[in-house]
This record gives sequence, C-alpha cells and structure tokens, in this order.
Amino acid sequence: MAYGAAAAHDDHTPRGWKRWVYSTNHKDIGTMYLIFAVIAGIIGGAMSVFIRAELQMPGDQFLNGNYHFFNVVVTGHGLIMVFFMVMPAVIGGFGNWIVPLMIGAPDMAFPRMNNISFWLLPPALGLLLISIFVEGPAGADGVGGGWTMYPPLASSAGQPGMAVDFAILSLHVAGASSILGAINFITTIFNMRAPGMTMHKMPLFVWSVLVTAFLLLLSLPVLAGAITMLLTDRNFGTNFFVPEGGGDPILFQHLFWFFGHPEVYIMILPGFGIISQIVSTFSRKPVFGYLGMAYAMVAIGGVGFIVWAHHMYTVGMSVDTRAYFLGATLVIAVPTGVKIFSWIATMWGGSIEFKAPMIWALGFIFLFTLGGVTGVVLANGGLDVILHDTYYVVAHFHYVLSLGAVFAIFAGIYYWFGKMTGYNYSETLAKLHFAVTFIGVNMIFFPMHFLGLAGMPRRIPDYPDAFAGFNAIASYGSYISAFGVVIFLFTVLHAFMRGEKAADNPWGEGATTLEWTLTSPPPFHQFNELPVIK
Amino acid sequence: MAMVKKIVALFAAFAVSALTMGNAVAAQGQATPWQLGFQDAFSPVAHQMNDFHNLLLVIITAITLFVLLLLVYVVIRFNRKANPTPSKTSHNTLIEFVWTVVPILILIAIAVPSFKLLYYADRVEKADMTIKAIGYQWYWGYEYVDEDNLAFEAVMLEEDELKEGQPRLLATDNTIVLPIDTNIRLLVTAEDVLHSWAMPAFGVKMDAVPGRLNETWMRIEKEGMYYGQCSELCGARHGFMPIMVKAVSKEDYKAWLVKAKEEFASAGGEALKIADASAVTQ
Repeated sequence: MAYGAAAAHDDHTPRGWKRWVYSTNHKDIGTMYLIFAVIAGIIGGAMSVFIRAELQMPGDQFLNGNYHFFNVVVTGHGLIMVFFMVMPAVIGGFGNWIVPLMIGAPDMAFPRMNNISFWLLPPALGLLLISIFVEGPAGADGVGGGWTMYPPLASSAGQPGMAVDFAILSLHVAGASSILGAINFITTIFNMRAPGMTMHKMPLFVWSVLVTAFLLLLSLPVLAGAITMLLTDRNFGTNFFVPEGGGDPILFQHLFWFFGHPEVYIMILPGFGIISQIVSTFSRKPVFGYLGMAYAMVAIGGVGFIVWAHHMYTVGMSVDTRAYFLGATLVIAVPTGVKIFSWIATMWGGSIEFKAPMIWALGFIFLFTLGGVTGVVLANGGLDVILHDTYYVVAHFHYVLSLGAVFAIFAGIYYWFGKMTGYNYSETLAKLHFAVTFIGVNMIFFPMHFLGLAGMPRRIPDYPDAFAGFNAIASYGSYISAFGVVIFLFTVLHAFMRGEKAADNPWGEGATTLEWTLTSPPPFHQFNELPVIK
Repeated sequence: MAMVKKIVALFAAFAVSALTMGNAVAAQGQATPWQLGFQDAFSPVAHQMNDFHNLLLVIITAITLFVLLLLVYVVIRFNRKANPTPSKTSHNTLIEFVWTVVPILILIAIAVPSFKLLYYADRVEKADMTIKAIGYQWYWGYEYVDEDNLAFEAVMLEEDELKEGQPRLLATDNTIVLPIDTNIRLLVTAEDVLHSWAMPAFGVKMDAVPGRLNETWMRIEKEGMYYGQCSELCGARHGFMPIMVKAVSKEDYKAWLVKAKEEFASAGGEALKIADASAVTQ
C-alpha cells in the first residue's frame, strides 16, 4: 500500500461512541444539540397535549383531584420548552452547526468547552425530570410553581420538599451550559472570521447568534444569582425573599425578569437570523437594509434589558415606575417593525421560490406580526391590569414563541437539512407538515385571545363553564399539532430511508453564504485553507 | 356546489348563534359562552380600559392586515413565474426612514391615552370607604376596616353546594357586599404565598403579596353579582378561590352592615385583631 493512500485514510475521525461522547467537532455537537432538542420537544409537547386534554371540557378529566399535578405539568412544559427545546435548538444546534461554516472557520474557538456545554444539558434535563417524582409540597410530588418559580410558593413555605431544589439545580447546570456556549460563540465570531469577512459582511444569522450570546452572558448570571438565593432561603436559613425576615418576594420577580425578558429575545433572535437567510435565499436577493437589520437586533437586545418589569404591572410597583416600563416597552416595537418590513422588502422585487423553508418563513413573518401586535397591547400598563395572567398573555407568548421560534426552527431544519445530513427531504411531506402545523397551532392559540379578554386566568386546571367552547377548539388544535410532529418525524425518517443525495447547493444562486460552497454534508474538518472574502 | 352551500350555511349559523348567545345570556359580571371581547364594564376604570382596548384593537388589526396584504401581494407579484429576474435593490433610505418614523408616531398615539389610563387607574384621591382582601391558600379573607372591624372569609362553593343559578367555580359561601356609586379603596395582601385579587368587570387586578399592602380602587356603577378568580399561581387549588362581589344600593349596604356585624361578630376573632392593629397605626 502506498504511503499517500494510508495518510489519506487516516482523517483523524474518531469512530463509534467516542466520536460523540468525546466530540470536539462543532458539527457533531450541533447534531447532538438538535437531537436533544427534538427529544426534549417531544417530552414538553406531550405535556402540552396533556394540559389541553385536561382542559378540553370543564371539570376534572384525568387529575382525580390531584390539582398539584396539573401545575407540575404546566411547570415542566414551560421549563423544558424554554431551556431544553428552543435554546438547544437555535443556539446549540444551528449556532454550532452553521456559525463556523458561515464565517469560514474550521471549528469553534474552544472545541472542548463546546463538548462540556452540550454534555451538561442531559444531566440538567435529568434533574428536572427527577424533580417530578420527588416530594414538592407536603404529600405531593413535583414542582408546581410555574416556570417563573416565584417565592413564597417555591420557598420552603410553599413547597418544602426537595423537588424545587432539584429544579433549581437543573437550571444551574443548564445555565452554566449556556454561559459556556455564549463565551464560545462570542470568541469564535470575534476572532475566527475568514480573511476579509468584516463584522459588516457577516451573514445576519451570525449577527443574531452574536447578539444572543451577549444576552445569555449578561442575563443568565442574574438568574443563577436569584435561584441561588432561593436555594439558600430554602436550605440555609437566609431570608432574601422571606418578608418575616426582612426579605421581599418581589425582589425575586425583579431578578427573575431581569433574566427572563432577555431570555425571550434569546429564544427569538436566532430565529430572526434564520428567517433573514431563508428569505434572502429564496427571493434571490440580498437582504434589504442589511445594516438596519443587524443593528435592529442589537437594539432589540439592548432595549430588552431595560423593560423587565412589564411582566410585573400588577405586583404593586409605584405608578411612575410602571409608566417608565410602559414607555420603554413600546420602544421595542420600532426595531421589530424594521425587521418585519425589511423581510417584506427583501422579497419585494425578488424571484421567490416556494420551497418548504420559505413557506415556514412566510408563516413565521405573519404569525410573529400577530404575536407582536398583541405584545403592544400588553405593554400598556393600564390595560395590562385586565389582561395580566389571563389566556391573552398565553396566546401572545405562544404566538411569538410556539409559532415564532418553533416555525423558525422548522424553517432552519428544512433549509439546512440537505447540508447537514447529505440527504434531501421530501418537499411534499415538509409542506404537509407545514399545513397541518399551521392549522393546528392557530386553532390552539387564536381562541385563547378571546378566553383571555373574557377573563380566564392562566394555570388553572378547571374553568367556569362559560369558557368551554374556545377551550374545546384549542384542545382539538393541540391534537392536530401533535399529528404535525408525527409528520415531521416521519419526514426525517423518510429522507434517511430514501437516501436521495443532496446537492452541495440545492437552493441555487440565492444561497450566497459560505456553507453552500462546501459538500453536503461538509467534510469532518472544513476550511483547512481559509476562504478569502472579497 | 350543494356541499359548499351547506358548509357556508353551517358557518353562518355558527356565527349567528355565537354572536346572539353572547347577547341573549348577557350575564352581568361574568363571562358568557363564546364571548369574544372584554366583559361589560361596570366601573369608570373598566370603561376606560374598554375604550382604550377598542382603539388598540383597530390599530393592531390594521397593522396585521397591512402586513398580510403586503405578504399576499409579494407572493403573487414576485414569485418565480411572475418575476423570473430578481432586482438587486438592497437599500432605499427614504423607505427605511418611513418605516422607522411611522411606527414611532403610531406608538406615540398609543402612549398618550395609555399614560392617562395608567395614572387614572392607579388610585383614588379621596376614598369613601376601605376594604381589605387577604389571600390564603385557598380562599379570601375580607376586612371592612372602617366598620367596627367587620371581617369574614369567603370559600368557594363545591358543585353540590351551589344554589340555583350560581355559577360553578365562581360562587363563594360568604359574599363581599359593596355599595354602588362609592369610591372604594381596596387594600390587598396575603398571608402565605402570592395571590391576586381580580375582578374583570371593574378593571381591577392586584397581586396579594405577603409583607406588602397593595392599594387600588373601584367605583361600582350597577347593582348585581360580580365574579372574579385568583390570578396568580398559588398552589394546588389556585383555580378554586374565586371572588364574588354583591353590589347593592347605599341604603341596602347600610342595612347589610348591621346584619353582617351581628352575624360575623363571633366568627372573625383572629381577623379582628389584625384589623385593630391597622386601625391603631392609622
């Protein structure tokens, strides 16, 4: 055997389980993040179907009087979807996979830290799932405090059992994972861009991940602090949130939402980036108003840090404080409007091809607008009093997250499916998936606006009979959406079984970013010679 | 064709029944089946909220339809068949200026009435009376602080305890009786975990926080029964601690006070002490 052939064979690719467990490869880690997100999404989605099944009719369907269990499911659904589905998918998954490819880098800046970022997540999810089977309030299992975990309900006064401690630890571990990931992304994007790729030439998806990484880095430590204080309140006799000891439960809410509001932008900003790439690709036009788009995301990220208390209009803050947060919150509508209009302007004059990713992107733009305008309604502190903690809020944040972030995730999956796996998905199945999901989620969440306006509070296991009609429709929609998930899983399976090879650039001249210059799937190590950007 | 007609007829029938049901039942102070908007307003604050929401609804519907219209136009006019060669335009300073400034103007138009509403709803200059609501897991306690410390608790009625016409999950054993056309100061606090005292028909929602005494106000415009529900997650029976207000004329209220003071005199021993303490600090 010739010397050269042997060398070509040894590509230093680890095989078997070591390839995954020891992985320092951004593409493998990205794949693991995406699979993890799908698994978590199925668990969290099953919880949401349980919630809708329980609420399909007035009365007690499945709980047998164990109303705490309903709260456990609501809490689990929220935490899993936020921390273990959306965040791993958009940041860990697409961020890891695509950012190095787009900036022409061989890998992430800290490949080993990337490994620990991912491998912290399964134990974090494990801790959260364990909490469901550990005593929470006396005589009942699981955390029933909502994903916000407000004390005193989450303190030892409300739920003395260990379940809350497990959930807190779970968030600590997941938070550490995200902070490490954020450091990695910031370093990679600042230092590893290919020669010639200035900040203002970066694709918008890279911009979105950069802004997101800064939000993570600045907000997650605040959450970590808040839940650590809760942990010491619960176990070591401190009184941060205990009024009898001079503490204040409202302090926790301020700390939580100082993290929590940037968190909702963390979930949606990468989606903005994905949609920008897709709209530009399938319109065969460069993004309209590139700089405006990039700095709109920076503005959303910045303003996102100074609006947190609009989640707390009814807690009894002084009226001047509420007035400030009202004004600041309305401001966010401006950069968001810039994004919506720029996407439309990108399509304007374009030559649009309606492949599945583009259809998901169109769905995203419309539904995100719908969720955005109800956000403007809720921003008004005076009016929010009547809407706070009702289903109107539930409808609003599911329109921007469940129909915004999740639509962006599916758009991204179909957009990069061929690039990541090397196989083509079936357009027919992907479009069917879209149609079923679109109908399903709108059936769930649009009627919730009416329920909220009529006064139905959120997080209740049974409701006055007047709310029965729209609740039934929402529940039917939930079953349709669940069927949509089945179609999605089948679409993925079908693509692998069919094994139709994907082209290096299936989208044509509109796809101008660097990942389309590589093979599908890309080689284990790409850009051994750095590409030069003109 | 006949099929299509049938479907259209079915939808029309559904729409008509949905709309008329709201009117036919028109229960005051609680939601009605298939209700699409706010509950009818019975306080000045709630009226203002309704008006402001009606304004916002027009604005947000217009914006959403505008975006939808643009999307539909783009899809029809600029698909690959209709427009095979894409333009390369990626900048237009004027239009970018317009879509930044016009939203700002719209937001200013929203902000002005919004601030007005916020400050109007905050609190009342001079209250005619004060009641205090205290959240417990899972019922409400009430104190009439300027009526000889009249105090009682209101627990939800289970299904088998309901009287004719009382709504499920909304009716309580004891009822807060309040006079109409009176500025009522409402103080809200909690003993154990967070709760929230909410009454949609009055436009009131105020969190009950242990260690804090939150203040808001209401002025009821019409006699009748009004219902609300706890609006902050407070544990297993969060969905089962409703709020039931009976609004009566001022004369009936005075008569009720006399009766209630006798009725609850023996019951509210502990609550009385709390009320005493607050009276001293005033």
